[in-house]
Amino acid sequence: MNDKPEKLIDKKGLRLDGRKADEMRPVKLEVGVISNADGSAYIEHGKNKILAAVYGPREVHPKHLALQDRTVLKCRYHMAPFSVQERKSPAPSRREVELSKVIRECLEPAVFMEYYPRTMIDVFIEVLQADGGTRCASITAAALALADSGIPMRDLVVACAAGKVDNTVVLDLMDTEDKMGAADVPLALMPNLNAVTLLQMDGNLTREEFETAVNLALDGCRKIYAMQKEALKTKYVNVSEDTKEEAED
Amino acid sequence: MPILLEKRQLVTPGDLIAEGDYIAGENTFAENNKIYAARVGIVEYENKRVDVVALKAFYIPRAGDIVIGTITEVGFNGWTVDINSPYIALLRASDVLSRPFKPQKDDLPQVLDAGDLVVAKIVSYDRTHDPQLTVAEPGLGKITRGQIIKITPTKIPRVIGRKGSMISTIKQETGCNIILGLNGVVLITGKTLEDEQLATRAILKIEQESHTSGLTDRITQMLREEKSKREENKK
Repeated sequence: MNDKPEKLIDKKGLRLDGRKADEMRPVKLEVGVISNADGSAYIEHGKNKILAAVYGPREVHPKHLALQDRTVLKCRYHMAPFSVQERKSPAPSRREVELSKVIRECLEPAVFMEYYPRTMIDVFIEVLQADGGTRCASITAAALALADSGIPMRDLVVACAAGKVDNTVVLDLMDTEDKMGAADVPLALMPNLNAVTLLQMDGNLTREEFETAVNLALDGCRKIYAMQKEALKTKYVNVSEDTKEEAED
Repeated sequence: MPILLEKRQLVTPGDLIAEGDYIAGENTFAENNKIYAARVGIVEYENKRVDVVALKAFYIPRAGDIVIGTITEVGFNGWTVDINSPYIALLRASDVLSRPFKPQKDDLPQVLDAGDLVVAKIVSYDRTHDPQLTVAEPGLGKITRGQIIKITPTKIPRVIGRKGSMISTIKQETGCNIILGLNGVVLITGKTLEDEQLATRAILKIEQESHTSGLTDRITQMLREEKSKREENKK
């Protein structure tokens, strides 16, 4: 793991995994994978494999946390011990606690919180395999799980990152690029309302680079959004097709 | 002013359904004179009102609804009831006994114990108070026999069908008595277990295929086929 690649982008302008600068890793989405949960989703974003499950709205425990005018959204982002090369302690780390908060705040604007006072919605995000950009993939999966559970939402939330490696602004950083690269800009979007709910940056970018990075990430988000909608619909379209076949028999 | 999506289209949260002079109905919301979907569902509209029939939702209590609940706890002067909703319902002892409750004389667990099922009506509910139940009406009270199944609450209207066509078909074909709790819990009581199982399968089929058309006919066909199969087996 410690062998540092000398160049993150080769002479042809291709990245370590053979992608172009504005190319995203392949994304696969699935809805309704956990039958015990009220809503669930699974995402494969490149080598990232993440499960999201939603429970609720349900009673608040402990009771004193309940809010009289809206629901409480609880979010837990957790990485499995086997999700990275070196075993990660299963106890929530500082980073996981922070990411849980960031993801919660990025989902809250999309949920009609005021509809169900004195209740709680639980969002569990489990990273099974991590390869850079897990917060973005987690947000995408969590929003799908929320929609699947039947919680009223203003819009879905999609997230995608852009960044800078070897002096080039690129879309969707993978793990090595994230660690060796110069900057990382994760961005979450509510596509129909055209509202950004998460925007972070680490590393240094000039104003121009930042602007291209944001635009690149926005384009990436819209691409994933199309897949998100498709995944939600697929769950029900399959049933219709089955019945059609049945009717023809 | 345009409606952007046709009837019976599948939408996801945030989808723009209509623009202009429309009223946001169920599972939709209006912003800047535009109507968006708030849940995964199917678009329906009538006159100026746009609705989304949700494919999955949970039960929010409404005064007057008939529900089927499970007793979860026996309290000092009543019971707490799980009605398959984000909110827990309360059932008062005096309501069940239909006389004032005397703690020295009345033993609550003997009347209703944890795990018992009740058919009840919601008397009151608002944002600030948990729903309260009553069983002091004919047809309500403790359930003693039958099968219980749970389906998504939004699909109860589909099980009832247009003017009750679907539910009366199932009742007729299987000879079962069916009580539909608006919270998505269904009680089926029939003469034999087989009848009950047949009705159960029909209702689960409706839940699965609620968003497809021509469902009543398919259900009738399925019930008749199953019945003739059973009679052949008997011979």
